[in-house]
Order: sequence, then structure tokens, then C-alpha cells
Amino acid sequence: MSKMHVKLTVNGQEVEGLAEPRTLLIHFLRENLNITGPHIGCETSHCGACTVDMNGKSVKSCTLFVAQANGADVTTVEGLVNEDGSLGVIQEMFREHHGLQCGFCTPGMITRAHRLLQENPAPTEEEVRFGMAGNLCRCTGYQNIVKAILASADALNAQKEAAE
Amino acid sequence: MIPAGFEYHRPADIASAIALLQQHGDEARVIAGGHSLIPMMKLRMADLSHLVDLQGISGLSGITIGEGSVSIGAMTTQNALITDAALAEAVPILREAALQIADPQVRYLGTVGGNVANGDPGNDMPGLMQCLDATYTLVGPDGERQVAARDFYEAAYFTAREDEEILTAITIPIPAAKGYAYVKQKRKIGDYATAAAAVLLGEGFASVAMTNLADTPVHSDAASAALAEGDVEGCVREALQAIDPQEDMRGPIAFKKHVAGVILRRAITKAQERAA
Ligand SMILES: Cc1cc2nc3c(=O)[nH]c(=O)nc-3n(C[C@H](O)[C@H](O)[C@H](O)COP(=O)(O)OP(=O)(O)OC[C@H]3O[C@@H](n4cnc5c(N)ncnc54)[C@H](O)[C@@H]3O)c2cc1C
Ligand code: FES
Ligand code: FES
Repeated sequence: MSKMHVKLTVNGQEVEGLAEPRTLLIHFLRENLNITGPHIGCETSHCGACTVDMNGKSVKSCTLFVAQANGADVTTVEGLVNEDGSLGVIQEMFREHHGLQCGFCTPGMITRAHRLLQENPAPTEEEVRFGMAGNLCRCTGYQNIVKAILASADALNAQKEAAE
Repeated sequence: MIPAGFEYHRPADIASAIALLQQHGDEARVIAGGHSLIPMMKLRMADLSHLVDLQGISGLSGITIGEGSVSIGAMTTQNALITDAALAEAVPILREAALQIADPQVRYLGTVGGNVANGDPGNDMPGLMQCLDATYTLVGPDGERQVAARDFYEAAYFTAREDEEILTAITIPIPAAKGYAYVKQKRKIGDYATAAAAVLLGEGFASVAMTNLADTPVHSDAASAALAEGDVEGCVREALQAIDPQEDMRGPIAFKKHVAGVILRRAITKAQERAA
């Protein structure tokens, strides 16, 4: 099959490349662009390790052809750092609250949590658990992930208040 | 888990999409959210060489609340069903069911049109649409036609839709009945139903449909009539007679029938509470 020309914005930068239409977005990110934050856990749409943000939605990049993402605006965990390159708030809270062990699920967790908090800046614990239901973790038992996300909400809201 | 190669098309209007489907026959398939189709393509269970993406066609998504009915564009995502406040007011059972489908990531991309057109008995929307007596609008080379959800499903993955037709919208009469419930038994979040029941209940009126308990969704007139008369046991008996579950990894037939009865009773109780 012939390759097609794709162009998308990833972490604020325009990128272009040639890819077969059947290339999954996760493979394009990892192999063509060397953006290895999004992980391949199951490749069957179940684990959420491949979660990225696309046009303001959390999506599983293993269940999306790069052809479908042509023209889209994509953010990965790499794009969630502060301007100076230091850890962003959610990343910092995962570290502080021990929201990871092996870290394999973490990029997907953080990217999903980012969108969740954009849509619901002050979620209850139950809302966090429901909103994170598409992301699996084999290590932590989720407790500290939930804690880290609730702490992120507080920190982000405090930041917003201070700016006003 | 890489699908076989295909040529990708992103037409800008319905006419071009239909022309592509006509040109490539059963080599072509439309893709909406891709969250049923791509997993099938990865397993090499869907064989196609042309993929026609509907995302570039404007006017296929959106929710319009009219006088007596609601119209939902085929490309409306399941997430949009959950977040639309006016829809939750007009047809609350839609939101209740959508919240029980898959997980947030799947719902951001998965569409209502894809869910009802797919023909997988595990999909939740078809049974729900039968319960609501929805109508599907199909557009093909010969123009537009309407098919009732109750007449649409023929067997697993076989529907009344012709290969070169595109489902563009779903029309749902706004229920007068105040009682409603969508109750689903699943093994975990993101799982298809072991059994699910959709119930609408009002003054002298009821509608009952079941999901994943036969190779099509099952709307039962007899079960609905019994419940409309207040006969819960009769309703459950009729519904259990209408289903035809198969043994699979979700359990043997006797277990599924048992779960179907439990889930239907729960849905009826919930609908009765809301109707009161
Ligand atoms: C992990 C996971 C869990 C899931 N759990 C559930 C669940 O619990 N309940 C449930 O109901 N679903 C579930 N799904 C399926 C999901 O809801 C799908 O999104 C949905 O079934 C199909 O919608 P889609 O837009 O993704 O369609 P696609 O995958 O793009 O298409 C599905 C089929 O419909 C056809 N089609 C799509 N749109 C049209 C159209 N407008 N006109 C004509 N034909 C069309 C396609 O050609 C294809 O054959 C799950 C999916 C995943 C990955
Ligand atoms: S790798 Fe995409 S959901 Fe698991
Ligand atoms: S930290 Fe190991 S999978 Fe989540």
C-alpha cells in the first residue's frame, strides 16, 4: 500500500511524515517521531497506557489510524511539562504522592487526568475513579493515583486563584 | 496487532462517500469512531481495502430537540450524549445507558451511529433504540429511507442497511412515560453486557428490550404489554421466552437466563420508582 503524507501538531509543534494509512497513531508517535511517552500496554484498546490528548479528547492512540489523526492537535505526556522543562503540576503530584511504581501506566494516567481536570476542575474521589476507568495499573492499587489527581486539582485551583 | 493495508478516503460530503462505496463495493467500509471496526481489523476479522472516513462530512453530528422528537446525528459521540443537558432532560435513559458503555476514552470517539449500525449483539444502543422505538435514516444511491430500529437487526452483524448506504441520523420520539431505566450486568468497566435491560414505563404503557441475549437485540411486545398492565411476573416470563442466549465466556445459557431475569426486575423496579 502506498504511503500518505500526514501533518499534525504534536505538543505544539507541526510535524509531517509519510506513513501507511494503517499505521496506528501510537506507532507513528513512537517510531516516526521518537515520542516514546505514550506506551503500548495491550494494543487491544483496554489498558489506556497509550492515551494521548487529541483535539481536546482523551483517546487511545492504539485504536486510531494516523490517517484519522491527520490534521489533528495531539498532546502527549511530554507536552505537559512546564515551559522551563520542569515537571508540570500533575506530573509533580504523581511524584509527590507516589502515584506510580513501575511507571508503565503513568504517561497514560497523567494525560487522561489532564483532560479530566480540564473538564471537571474540582472532582470528587468518585468522579476521579469513574473518569479514570479507561486506564489500568498493575502496580499501585490505584489509591495513590487517585490521591495524586485530587492533589493536582487542589494545586491547579490554588494556582488559578493566585493568578487572579 | 497491525491491520492489513487499505486505502484511506476522507470525503467532504455524503454524495462522495456513497460514490466511493458504490465504486468499491464490499471492498469498502465506512469508519466513524473506529472503536468496533479497528479492533476487528487488527484481528483480521474485517476484510476491506478501502476505508471511507465520515469525519470530514459536516452536518452528521449534533443533537436537535424538537417538539415531539429528538434527532441525533450519526457521528454524535457517546460522550456528547452524556454531556448534553437538554438531551438528559428530554430522554434521560440515553445518558444512563451511555454512561455504562465502555470507558471515557472509548466514548470520546465512539459514535451513536457506529454503535447502532455495527450489528454486534453486545452493543448497548440497539436494544435501547428498540425500547425507545427510534427510527434510523439511511442515505444511499437511491436517496433516503427510514427504517425502524425494531426492524433493522437481522442477525449478528447483518442489518437492513445496504452496503452502499450510510446511516445519517436517529430519530427518537420523546417518551411521555416518566419511568425509565437502563440496567446492565457486566464483569468489569469496559465490558459488554452479560445481560442488559431497557425499560420505559408510564400510565398504561411500557416498553421492554434486552441486550446481548440473542444474536439481535430483543424487543418483546408481549413483555411490554404485560408490564403496561402492571404484571411484572408476566413481563419477566415473556422476556425470558423471547431471548435466546448462547454459551460463551460470560457463562452458560442457564446462568445468562438467570441474570437476564434479575437485571430486568431491577430495571422495572427502578423505572417504577421514577414513574411514581
Ligand atoms: C474497550 C472497548 C469497550 C467497549 N465496550 C462497549 C460497551 O460496553 N457497549 C457498547 O455498546 N459498545 C462498546 N464498545 C464499542 C464502542 O461503543 C464503539 O465505539 C461502537 O460500537 C461503534 O462506534 P464507532 O463510531 O466506533 O464505529 P466504527 O467502529 O467506526 O464502526 C462500526 C461499524 O459500523 C459501521 N458504521 C459506522 N458508522 C456508520 C454509519 N454512519 N453508517 C453506516 N455504517 C456505519 C462501520 O462500517 C463498521 O462496520 C467498546 C469498545 C471498546 C474498544
Ligand atoms: S495500548 Fe492502547 S489501550 Fe492498551
Ligand atoms: S505503576 Fe506499574 S502499571 Fe501502574
